[in-house]
Amino acid sequence: MFELLLPPLLAGIILSLITGPLGTFVVWRKMSYFGDTLSHAALLGIALSFLLNINPFYAVIFLTVILAVGLIVLELQQKLAIDTLLGILAHSSLSLGVVVISLLNNIRVDLMGYLFGDLLSITLNDIYYILFGTIIVSIILYLNWNRFLFITVSEELAFSNGINIIKTKFILTLLLALTIALAMKFVGALIITSLLIIPAATARCYAKSPEQMAIFAIIIGIISVIGGLIISAYYDSPTGPSVVITNAFIFILSLMISKIFKLSNS
Amino acid sequence: MQPLVSIKNVSISLNQQNILSNISFTIDTGKIITILGPNGAGKSTLVKLVLGLLKPSNGLIVRKKNLTIGYVPQNLQIDKTLPITVKRFMQLNPTINSHNIEKMLHRVNAFGLINKTMQQLSGGEMQRVLLAQALVKKPELLILDEPTQGVDVNGQITLYNLIANAKNEFNCAVLMISHDLHLVMAKTDEVICLNKHICCSGTPALVSNDPEFIALFGRNAANQLAVYKHHHLHQTNYQGRIMLPNFGAKKNV
Repeated sequence: MFELLLPPLLAGIILSLITGPLGTFVVWRKMSYFGDTLSHAALLGIALSFLLNINPFYAVIFLTVILAVGLIVLELQQKLAIDTLLGILAHSSLSLGVVVISLLNNIRVDLMGYLFGDLLSITLNDIYYILFGTIIVSIILYLNWNRFLFITVSEELAFSNGINIIKTKFILTLLLALTIALAMKFVGALIITSLLIIPAATARCYAKSPEQMAIFAIIIGIISVIGGLIISAYYDSPTGPSVVITNAFIFILSLMISKIFKLSNS
Repeated sequence: MQPLVSIKNVSISLNQQNILSNISFTIDTGKIITILGPNGAGKSTLVKLVLGLLKPSNGLIVRKKNLTIGYVPQNLQIDKTLPITVKRFMQLNPTINSHNIEKMLHRVNAFGLINKTMQQLSGGEMQRVLLAQALVKKPELLILDEPTQGVDVNGQITLYNLIANAKNEFNCAVLMISHDLHLVMAKTDEVICLNKHICCSGTPALVSNDPEFIALFGRNAANQLAVYKHHHLHQTNYQGRIMLPNFGAKKNV
């Protein structure tokens, strides 16, 4: 039992180290739709990897990064509202991914696994990928933290303090794309965004500074992974959604606690 | 002396719409320039051009090498989900040490706010913190986009005094967008009246007599400005500057 749970547990804990802090930016910058678009496109990446017979991991990274770059360029053009563009891209790439997968008659693909994650299929090899990716993302995130924060507070102020806005935005988007590619196998394309935003939103109830919020988001993420895996093991429920439900439960609990705390304070 | 910024025949269009055309002026050390204009005149666009946030479609903007600009944006709306104190906000530029931050917050009378979150600040408090943020870099050019929006009258006077003091201390230039004609003018060296192009520019006294200014803002506003004529001359004389009798309003067509 424990041996079966150890790889997903490790993967989930490692991923929480980056989904927590990056999730805070997704919340602050209202990028959750953006995350959805990238993760839905990730499914298309999986489909293409089967079609072209390449490593799905690289295909997903390649596609999400291409899409992230495309979105930044489109945003600069400012021809169409960005949420319209995101909506078009998210659902057409998701649909295309599903159609391509269904057309692959010779290969049996577990579509549910890619949509909702298949934690229990995580192998030691996957963990190496995730660990390596997480280390790279964390280093870049750590080095750019202050710049990311500055452009989130105000792009104009950041610019007047000598920060290159387009470059900084680009790096942040790239990190988000990488994180989604890494987390794809863990929770699946449809619910990755929740892994980013729910711990961050929960952390907001307790945090007094941006850095605190990021650290709390990591801790809440890890607790949810452990809780979700326990639920999944007990009730034999799908692991990805179980983690998300645990996350949501902690969020609602925190919201109530902070409301009560505020009432007793005033 | 070389100007800090010189703007030569600058035009800009966004989405095929002409926002500004044929703008020329220079920003010199120690001068306060105020930009006046109706809504949609392109005031904020002009500020963004000077900052470098926007590139002109035509014309040339030359900045002094390594020009330090302190910028106070129109209003800063930080998302409620981002918990950030005044102190942390001031530390966003890592090159500035906390001793200077505290000193500057004292100067703008905002030291008591240091542990408040940015979202808790009132309009006037926010503007003072933003001013401190702009001044702590010891700027050569201070740019303010409607610094008194949402600030009560007392707060406005405080703010203008702080700006004037800062100008004297750092000997920086000030470029400011403003609506409040009568508060600004006392300390302004040059008024630029903007409505997609420069209608007229010059000292407050002269701009107030310009027919284009009167057409744009009405007789009432022009009279308000004219009040300053005296005030302005007195102040300038008091500071011992030479007044040129024919320092006329330059016309741009």
